Amino acid sequence: MFNKKRIVITGVGLTAPNGNNLEEFRKNILDKKSGVVNFETRHLGEVHAGVCNFDTSKHQKKKELRRGTRAGSISIYCANEAVQDANLDLSEMDTTRIGVYVGTTEHGNVETENEVHNMSLFDNDTKFWSHHHNPRTVSNNPAGEVTLNMKIHGPHYCIGAACAAGNLGVVQGYQQLLLDEIDVAICGGVSEVIHTFGIFIAFKNQTALAHHEDPTKASRPFDRDRNGIVCSEGGCLFTLETLEHAEKRGAKIYAEIVGHFTNSDAKDFVLPDGDRQALCMEGALKNASLQPEDIDIVNTHATSTPMGDVQEIAAVKKVFGERDGLYVNNTKSYIGHCMGAAGTLELAGNLPSFDDGIVHCTINCDNIDPNCEYKNLVLDEHVKVDNIKYLLCNSFGMLGINSTLIVKKYEK
Amino acid sequence: MTREEIRQAVVDIIEELAPDEDVSNLDNAVRIREQIELDSMDFLDIIMELRKQYSVQVPEDDYPKLGTLDGCMDYLEPLMKDK
Repeated sequence: MFNKKRIVITGVGLTAPNGNNLEEFRKNILDKKSGVVNFETRHLGEVHAGVCNFDTSKHQKKKELRRGTRAGSISIYCANEAVQDANLDLSEMDTTRIGVYVGTTEHGNVETENEVHNMSLFDNDTKFWSHHHNPRTVSNNPAGEVTLNMKIHGPHYCIGAACAAGNLGVVQGYQQLLLDEIDVAICGGVSEVIHTFGIFIAFKNQTALAHHEDPTKASRPFDRDRNGIVCSEGGCLFTLETLEHAEKRGAKIYAEIVGHFTNSDAKDFVLPDGDRQALCMEGALKNASLQPEDIDIVNTHATSTPMGDVQEIAAVKKVFGERDGLYVNNTKSYIGHCMGAAGTLELAGNLPSFDDGIVHCTINCDNIDPNCEYKNLVLDEHVKVDNIKYLLCNSFGMLGINSTLIVKKYEK
Repeated sequence: MTREEIRQAVVDIIEELAPDEDVSNLDNAVRIREQIELDSMDFLDIIMELRKQYSVQVPEDDYPKLGTLDGCMDYLEPLMKDK
């Protein structure tokens, strides 16, 4: 009975390292403008990172900003922007029927590191540990801050799913709508990771942190000389509604969510498993009742690590083969790895393709890695394509979690 | 510090904690939390900042004595006179 409902995206709120709304984000992608810069981090010094510069005071009082977290602030910005974009008036809605589902790669590291540092300045006297630590570090903090800010009374929680979390935030919203638990979902993913030194140092010690003399070229999936991940902050939350709900109020519709799948490698803490990724994509196709040849764009998860990119290309080839009319791209080459926000930001970056008919290319791949060679990869130059209908987005994460979302151009 | 300097020090802390509020005309005799939007977590921040900035330790039992600016000045004067 659930399948009778169609779920659509009606609003997009985002902040990316190269844009603070969908129009700006898309323009900078089409202009091949990277958002990666050099960034000072505690203990490690200068690293490459994707840094967002959205106006924190646009939707948030200064006091809220002081009390909350960066992930909360990013979530509040994205949620308000999405609701405005969707032309939803919360004052006229039953706010108990709005759900907030925010995917996060991790949460609490930033605050914990800051408190440990702060306490160390006072001879580790525990009296200097902030009483704000607990509300800032509980797992539901980013979603909870959205409800406080927007006076939303429906369910709110975060979905912890490493770098697959953004997709899973959307899946949660989608499923809650199918279950008729809510009328509107505000869902997606956020990342505050650049404010924790621990993630940079851990990637560096794992030999998986990108470095390049030009920070804008550091994130270079599929390039022969790629050497790791660029950590980025960001966020992208969508408003989802049933098609019926959206049509009734004459909403603008970006796309319809038609398929999703999630599985686990059950193999390794950090290393990906291409076979299981392929099964994930196949699962999403089956969930959407589609064949591989129906898909127009595959947005790869590829993070610019030597092994991960090879595994994913092999998985995509296995599922889709090589054929005309399939375009495989990568959005991290512009913004780095936005972790919990990666899935939804990358989906958002591709959404305008349904209207402008352009498949954006992967930038920074100056010399293709022979192990990543693939006829269908879109490199260096955008491609104009007529009638793009289906977009498939991969997002994979540590502990072997894989997620795939498929969205369709809206048709009545 | 004089009483007036102590008052200013507390107001400066409050201004930092409640940046959306107008703290220029706080009445010394009226409870601070009745004049501006300040909750119990903010109040604990005042205690924390006094600790950090002036090394003043306020035992929990004495927290109620800092409810007004007059109360702050009365309580802190002996503790901050040499600061």
